[in-house]
Amino acid sequence: MFTLTETPIDAAAAVKTLQDPAAGAAVTFEGWVRNHNESRNVTRLDYEAYPEMAIQEGTRILEESCERFDILNAICIHRTGSLAIGDMAVWVGVASVHRGPAFEACEFIIDTIKTRVPIWKKETYADGNSDWIACHACGAAVADSR
Amino acid sequence: MINITIRYYAQLRDERGCAEETLACASGTAAGLYDDLQREHGFSLDRQNLKVAIDDEFCDWSMELREGHRVVFIPPVAGGT
Repeated sequence: MFTLTETPIDAAAAVKTLQDPAAGAAVTFEGWVRNHNESRNVTRLDYEAYPEMAIQEGTRILEESCERFDILNAICIHRTGSLAIGDMAVWVGVASVHRGPAFEACEFIIDTIKTRVPIWKKETYADGNSDWIACHACGAAVADSR
Repeated sequence: MINITIRYYAQLRDERGCAEETLACASGTAAGLYDDLQREHGFSLDRQNLKVAIDDEFCDWSMELREGHRVVFIPPVAGGT
């Protein structure tokens, strides 16, 4: 299940939804807002989603992960709106019988979400400027995305 | 003439100054529509750096627009490491 939320992600509650009596492993990933990018000081991040397609593409990626890896369940929650340094922007959780496939699937999911799901981020810097990142000097990211 | 809805996100929304608009335009392709809008509004993103979706599905730029279509031009997504 792929969901978007405008409120803080509750990772403890999310991991409980992965529980399965057949699972021997759960691997989770948290993406946080950090205070710098490419040597610029970042003070805030704004995430904007195209909600219909973000949910559709995110759901497809989770379904693909279930086909490619021997896992029991995969979930992703992505924040939208204005986030502060240290806030969790994205949470991915995968449960499997043995740990190996859960690690692999978790990495596949977060890598693929970042290239295919239409969610954009705007960085605001300490000097007051802001940029839609990946929008200004692009090309490669798009060519690789599908 | 056909009526279509266009939604803008991220940098394109900032440059257009609105999130959505409905336009009456001559029929044509998604590519032609973007090129016209880019000329009119001075969008800084070239078409080869965008993807296009019609009615919430990615499609080719050669797709013919029809009455009632919702067109979204999709800038490169967030990325990050």
